Amino acid sequence: MNPLTKPWIWSWLAAAVAFGLTIGLTAGHGAGELAYAALSFGAFAAIVGLGQMLVITLGPGNVDLSIPATMTLAATLALKAMSSDPGTAFLGLCIAIAVGLGTGLANYFLIFLLRLPPIIATLAASLIYQSIAIWSNRGLRIKPPTGLADFATGRFLGLPNVAWVGLLLAVLVWILLERSVWGRMLLATGQNLRVARLAGVPVELVRATTYVSVAVFASLAGYLLASFSGGAALNMGAEYLLMSIAVVVIGGSSISGGNSNVPGVWGAALFMFLVVSMLNSYGAGAGVRNVLTGTIIIGIVIAASTRRVRA
Amino acid sequence: MNFLARHRIILPVVSLAVLLAATFYMQPRAMSYFGLNLLFNLAVPIALATIAQMMIIMVNDIDLSLGAFVSLAACVTATFLNDTPMLGLLILLALILSYAALGAIIHALELPAIVVTLGMSFVWGGLALFILPSPGGESPGWLRTLMTVKPPFAPMAVVAAVIISIVTHLLIIRSGLGTVLRGVGGNARSVARAGWSVIWLKALAYGLAGLFGVLAGMALVGLATSADANIALRYTLLSIAGVILGGGEFTGGKVSPTGAVIGALTLTLAASFLSFMRLSPDWQIGAQGAILILVLTARLIFSRKGVET
Repeated sequence: MNPLTKPWIWSWLAAAVAFGLTIGLTAGHGAGELAYAALSFGAFAAIVGLGQMLVITLGPGNVDLSIPATMTLAATLALKAMSSDPGTAFLGLCIAIAVGLGTGLANYFLIFLLRLPPIIATLAASLIYQSIAIWSNRGLRIKPPTGLADFATGRFLGLPNVAWVGLLLAVLVWILLERSVWGRMLLATGQNLRVARLAGVPVELVRATTYVSVAVFASLAGYLLASFSGGAALNMGAEYLLMSIAVVVIGGSSISGGNSNVPGVWGAALFMFLVVSMLNSYGAGAGVRNVLTGTIIIGIVIAASTRRVRA
Repeated sequence: MNFLARHRIILPVVSLAVLLAATFYMQPRAMSYFGLNLLFNLAVPIALATIAQMMIIMVNDIDLSLGAFVSLAACVTATFLNDTPMLGLLILLALILSYAALGAIIHALELPAIVVTLGMSFVWGGLALFILPSPGGESPGWLRTLMTVKPPFAPMAVVAAVIISIVTHLLIIRSGLGTVLRGVGGNARSVARAGWSVIWLKALAYGLAGLFGVLAGMALVGLATSADANIALRYTLLSIAGVILGGGEFTGGKVSPTGAVIGALTLTLAASFLSFMRLSPDWQIGAQGAILILVLTARLIFSRKGVET
């Protein structure tokens, strides 16, 4: 089988090209550092991207716009509970995950009980989560416990710890999607909701678990990001709204659902970091950088779509 | 089909009326020419942006770049249109045409609109940063005069909202072309079978969205007197919420221009209402979300009956 027909190959190729171009400028210096930074920062995008991918797999119109607010809320509450005391990392993790469970369930109830379109439901809910985060945070910047901060910025076998977490989650999601009944049900629901329901798939249960998982992934990413960057900030999640959707699509998953792609998410997450650092190292200003990033995203989407048509 | 499902416009009208009554109850002094002007001051650009988003939702797509696009239009208005009006006008025209081209490309290559507009939001944002790296610029004098004009009987914002909704109602609901455009959202294939070129229709819908996006940016500069690259980023989500509040649906070409304008007014009023309530600033955003959920919950009464019949 020709590897070029795999939809995820494009994001990895793009990431490799961006990496090569950046390294080419410095004639090979700093390649290790660049790869390390890409793995660290890419891990957060990959974790939220994996969650967003699950939701997008559910089918047209399904997307979670509350990811940034969930990240911020989870990070804020977790850091507040830990209040920089040593040995509380596990408590913080539990709280972050509990926040994820809470927001995920709340999102799902808005979508299911009130029959709101997911875009609007998660958008409106995210405003509320944001308010809770503002209220509980009160502008304080609590440092994460030193042990946790060391873990988040540390490395194991040469790879950043956060990247290991991201890889572990990716493997987990891959197994769930490709090898478990739940994954098959999710894909079936995304391909045709009506048919899946008639075939006996518990569609609502699948939707509920998916919306809860994306929120848990987001809260986990928020918890790690706050530990990594030395504290929670109210706007810490902002850039992950568009990022989470972008990595899913660049990664080769179908935006209309029913077809997901785990390796592509990681490739795209690396690419999104590498393309910015490439443009930075070529001295592009903020304006030019944004224009080129946007153009490249669209270019990849066009390349991937024409590829699919021909294949 | 019951009465409510047939007259979907009732919901946005009632929610606006309830919110307006509550505001007047909290602050009776708002019940004046000056008070209304303050309440709805910022509604004009939001209403125009909501109409722009509606054009895209009408053909079953969604535009995630609208906020960045309105910001870019605002930056061009505050710089080029003020300094060299001819060049500014040409740039704004080019922006509208590029929106139309975008619609054609999305249709021709069968790309997902949500992703292409996501990418475009980076492009528009980058161009805006390029034009105005730091907040600044100046509103053209005539635009400033137009946005602060004091017509008799009703304040400018209300008059403008009425005009926008009448014009777009005639264009989208009454005219033959508008009906075909809504048909693209309803069933593109049958529109194509009827001999229309769907690619041109999509380009037209996107072009109209570009036009209203540019108008929104101009109106915003007229009110704010200057611009910056992030001035309207929140319009993306506001405009989507406005369309849905106004009784629009994400699919099927079911949109209502009047409803969309009223939805935009409701969203603007919600912000004013909350500041009258003396709510702690911490909860302002959250309360806006709660109002949004509350109003949308009312849709249940309208849609459930319609689904069952």
